[in-house]
Amino acid sequence: MPLPRPAEPSATSPRLSDVDEWGRSEHMREVARRVYDPLYRHWFRVEWEGLEKIPRTGGALLVANHAGAIPSDAPVIMHGIEAELGRPVYGLADYFFRQAPWMGTMWARVGGVPAHPDNALRILRDQGDLCLVFPEGTKGPSKTYTDRYRLRRFGRGGFVEIAMRAGVPVIPIAVVGAEESMPILFRLPSVARALGVPYVPVTANMLAFGPAGLLLYFPAKFKLRVLDPVSFDVPSGQERYSKSRVMDEAEKIRMNLQETLYDMLRARRSVWFG
Amino acid sequence: MGRRVLITGLDTFWGGRMAQALESDPEVDMILGMGTSEPSVPLERAEFVRADQTYSILSRIVRATQVDTIVHTFLVTDSTKAPPRALHEINVIGTMNLLAAAGQPSSSVRQVVVKSSSLVYGSAATDPAWFREETSRTSPARTRVERSLLEVEGFVRDFAEDNPATVVSVIRFANVLGTDIVTPISSNLSRSLCPHVAGYDPLVQFVEEDDVVRCLEHVTRHRIPGLYNVAGSGKLPWTEVAALCGTRLLPLPPVSTRLAAAPLVRLGLIDFPPELEGLLRYGRGIDTTRITKTGFQCGYTTAGTVDNFIRATRLRRSVGKAPPSYTYEQDVEQFFRRSSAVVHSSDATN
Repeated sequence: MPLPRPAEPSATSPRLSDVDEWGRSEHMREVARRVYDPLYRHWFRVEWEGLEKIPRTGGALLVANHAGAIPSDAPVIMHGIEAELGRPVYGLADYFFRQAPWMGTMWARVGGVPAHPDNALRILRDQGDLCLVFPEGTKGPSKTYTDRYRLRRFGRGGFVEIAMRAGVPVIPIAVVGAEESMPILFRLPSVARALGVPYVPVTANMLAFGPAGLLLYFPAKFKLRVLDPVSFDVPSGQERYSKSRVMDEAEKIRMNLQETLYDMLRARRSVWFG
Repeated sequence: MGRRVLITGLDTFWGGRMAQALESDPEVDMILGMGTSEPSVPLERAEFVRADQTYSILSRIVRATQVDTIVHTFLVTDSTKAPPRALHEINVIGTMNLLAAAGQPSSSVRQVVVKSSSLVYGSAATDPAWFREETSRTSPARTRVERSLLEVEGFVRDFAEDNPATVVSVIRFANVLGTDIVTPISSNLSRSLCPHVAGYDPLVQFVEEDDVVRCLEHVTRHRIPGLYNVAGSGKLPWTEVAALCGTRLLPLPPVSTRLAAAPLVRLGLIDFPPELEGLLRYGRGIDTTRITKTGFQCGYTTAGTVDNFIRATRLRRSVGKAPPSYTYEQDVEQFFRRSSAVVHSSDATN
């Protein structure tokens, strides 16, 4: 039987946590920033070049090369931009993270978002925020040390299509240092299949540090260079864009990023001191 | 001439609530409710006709009563409410017969409103944070409820295509919480132990039961065609919902979750239907921009819905369940509706 109901919804709806609609918690992010900052400043000694090319307002899609068994480039870029520019960065990552218990929740609380075109579109167009993707996907971090700094295929160019649809520029970022922070010697495909994970690496860190090497990075010097924003003169908001145009643009960005990486490596004297 | 409305599932929670809501609408001339058993809420002018759950006699009723609007609320979105076989009969076969009756060549039906659920989107790791109406689900439907609802929506789509003159409205509601409705989620939250898949803290959305009725009324009254998501704004992590409701979390293992839950369900400690498992892992969010553009606004946010639910639970704990104040009696109802001795307020003012 119906209970008598209140005339009005009560004005206060108390919250117990500060988890927002993306699953991010500002409190947890603050803790993560505090813990990560010394690593960023003193371990990787991150140096940026061309940071002024990242806009202070409005959406932009950041794309970067991806490397290291447990990629060290994503937190470096996210923390760097949040610390230097004071703008939040939404890191899009493989849904594999979300599947893993505990880790998935932690990852969401500190700012990770599952890679889905709808999510990217919402961040870029509706919120006007910065969004970071690695177009290589897991093919980037799973490559062995012998392939270092050789960009893999850029997926199906989906990132270009999203930027077109959202009407925002793509800003490529070349990262040097991530490859050496946790180099993969070889992979164990059969173990990966058995565990249901994308890849199981055996890293140099594991040989050097033992079990601690699972998480402990080598102190490689990080250098990042922001390239010129790429805008597309196409109407935004379309459901589909010419596939050939999308693939062309994606390939152009990939070539540009690859050239820049070689350029930066030519200037690098030491892996550890830059 | 006013509207003539047929409501399916008059004996169920939503059918009864919908009939009560439409009774106060002066534009509605006649309300006819179908149900497998007697209505459990007092109704002033809605007529009740008993029919089996698959509506085999429906085309005769539609022809005889010349209804112009069908509000289809009798869809089971909770697998604990009906055994698998009945679920299929009610959802799939029932809707099929309903639409067959509504789509006859000389049919009087001008609008069909279907109360669907956001269950059609599923819950998976690959999901976007918000589903728009046109976003397709990312995982295959594994539970019976989801499969049957997808089939139902398929029928409705075909119907809309075949009958372009008929206004077809399909509303996908988020999980409902409210003062009166009992769902597996509401029972879990009102017990002292509430299931939770260890290692996951999904974001969930709720819609208040009154908002569901108001929304169905809104699309019916304004004849709004199309497919819409409806949910209270905002999302809450499941652990926070449980904490707000003052229940303790009972962690289930992240692997073999169903297996571990089965004995607890058997003992009546928790409710854990298959469609809840995905939700408690990955949650679900639906984008409500489209319904907002039609001029509908939920009265409660997700947090407000939870708060309202807690208040109702506290009240119920203190005063207990009120004894049923109404039972349907055919003769009495007939007397009130038909006898010339009864003075109807509308007649009196004329």
